[in-house]
Amino acid sequence: MAEGVALQTVLQQLLVGLSRTTILFIVASGMSLVLGVLRIPNLAHGSFYMIGAFLAYSISTAIGSTMGFWTAVLAAPIGVALLSFAIERGLFRHLYDREHLMLLLFTFSFTLVFSDLVKLIWGSDYRSMPVPEMFQGSIQVMGLTLPLYNAFLLAVGPVVAVGLWLLTQKTKIGKIARAAAVDREMVDAIGINVQMVYSVVFVIGCFLAGLGGALVAPTQNITQGMDHGIIMETFLIVIVGGLGNIWGALTGALVFGLSHAVGIMVVPQFAIVIPYLAVVVILLFRPRGLLKSIW
Amino acid sequence: METSFRFPAPSIVAPIVILALLACIPLVGSRFFIYLVSGILVTGLLATSLNLVLGFGGMYQFHHAVFYGTGAYCTALFLTKTSLSAWVAFVSAPVGAAFLGLVIGAVCVRLSKLYFGMLQISLGSLVWAVVYRWYSFTGGDDGIHGIPLPSSISGGKPAYYTVLVTAALCFFLLHRIVESPFGRMFQAIRDNPVRCEAVGIPVQRHQLIGQVLAAAFAGIAGALFVVVEGSVFPDMLFWTLSLEILIMCLLGGWFRFWGPMVGAAIIVCLRTYVGAYTEYWTLILGVFLMLIIFFLPDGVLGMAERLTRRKAKASSS
Repeated sequence: MAEGVALQTVLQQLLVGLSRTTILFIVASGMSLVLGVLRIPNLAHGSFYMIGAFLAYSISTAIGSTMGFWTAVLAAPIGVALLSFAIERGLFRHLYDREHLMLLLFTFSFTLVFSDLVKLIWGSDYRSMPVPEMFQGSIQVMGLTLPLYNAFLLAVGPVVAVGLWLLTQKTKIGKIARAAAVDREMVDAIGINVQMVYSVVFVIGCFLAGLGGALVAPTQNITQGMDHGIIMETFLIVIVGGLGNIWGALTGALVFGLSHAVGIMVVPQFAIVIPYLAVVVILLFRPRGLLKSIW
Repeated sequence: METSFRFPAPSIVAPIVILALLACIPLVGSRFFIYLVSGILVTGLLATSLNLVLGFGGMYQFHHAVFYGTGAYCTALFLTKTSLSAWVAFVSAPVGAAFLGLVIGAVCVRLSKLYFGMLQISLGSLVWAVVYRWYSFTGGDDGIHGIPLPSSISGGKPAYYTVLVTAALCFFLLHRIVESPFGRMFQAIRDNPVRCEAVGIPVQRHQLIGQVLAAAFAGIAGALFVVVEGSVFPDMLFWTLSLEILIMCLLGGWFRFWGPMVGAAIIVCLRTYVGAYTEYWTLILGVFLMLIIFFLPDGVLGMAERLTRRKAKASSS
């Protein structure tokens, strides 16, 4: 009997960990997309995630109730996407042929600017956004209690994954983007506007960061430091999964989210250490990630 | 980064004059100014140690701060947890940092460029996470404050002279390393690793040695930080600091020996003076950095060199 109870707590923890994994996956898949096609290690991705969360907060409190939540989940990522479009067209476009280190530092300068802009606009207090009425309460799954909002997140993850898969594999722009990731010059040479493809990919990637931010908003405090917290996690997820590979982002997110959940159960004090440890162990044996990188 | 650069033979006079001027600062400067200059020296040493592997070795050292923090924590822990002589604490900083450099380096040098940097970031983040959570040993996110320093090196002027003498010695050593056959080989590896490998230079061993040396000097910078501030905190090992040091190297110019020092001086001054006026100084730093990347990819020293060369050309023709 005692074993049954223990097993139940373990499963419970894993389920909660899985819903956190969903957020990580959404954010990481966006980063992976940008890294794979544009080859930009985009540190500003974390800032877009933070901006998404703050925008979602403002929109949902302005409108209120469940309607506000849905508007926020749609509008906040679109706001982030517009912002990223402006940045890509205005600035990044001129730097694609620079080396990685320069691009990394350039995106880092954006994290500096955005963190202060967010402070200017929203102030330095933390905000919290209530879980929408529709998702309050919890459901029973095989004898496990799962908050309804976490169940919602668990449903969103696969939708995003399949959507991205369809986008990259089945649509014309996805195919061009994959071709451009492998050989940009050749795609350019056959008369396709690579610049435009890059813009679209960058905007989709940042949209995903904004979406992750909007979805995470009801589950935690929305704070200034959110960008720094998430960026290293997504970065490591993308590496562990294999650069530019959408399924890799999913695998990496699972490694990160589940090892964290296990960490909370086994060594609560060092719970945040466990995912890093898992990543290091994996990279020791497979330095280029678990799945095939598209580089 | 591909342009080959040869460090010009330095005149002996300039460093001695600068050193003498720096030694005079406590006689005339205010306490605040002494503190500012010590900060610049410590940060400058840290940035220069990074540049040994970044600018001269061409390695993507993304997480250099972890060695700095390790040095600082080694010193702080020896001073607070043991009753050993303070000398042991200060020696432990470069030794501890170099050991970590050896471990991380041994794992990372198998990879190159971006993969090297990313594996290093993950290992560094692991160290940071341990320090951040190990409350009973490292003080967790609070850090360690009020570290008991020997009175001969603590407080305003003694601390300043400790920093100045140690930093001067380190800069001398670093410069000798860059100029040595090892340093030359290191730069050759940066410019063309494949060819170096082909002519029989053990590329990975050189990179590992470079990594250990850079880590040791970063550790010394960490110990000096303890001398100046009397405290340590886990942010010293966080990746944002690593990127800040990278910015300093970029800003000053990473193919010049003194570039990172210049960059460090600019950033520390900017933080101190702009930070006094507005809490939004990182916004200004960010914009500043964007402008540099767009317009001055060689850094400040690179631009200065270009300007003087152009002037020389104009006057000679």
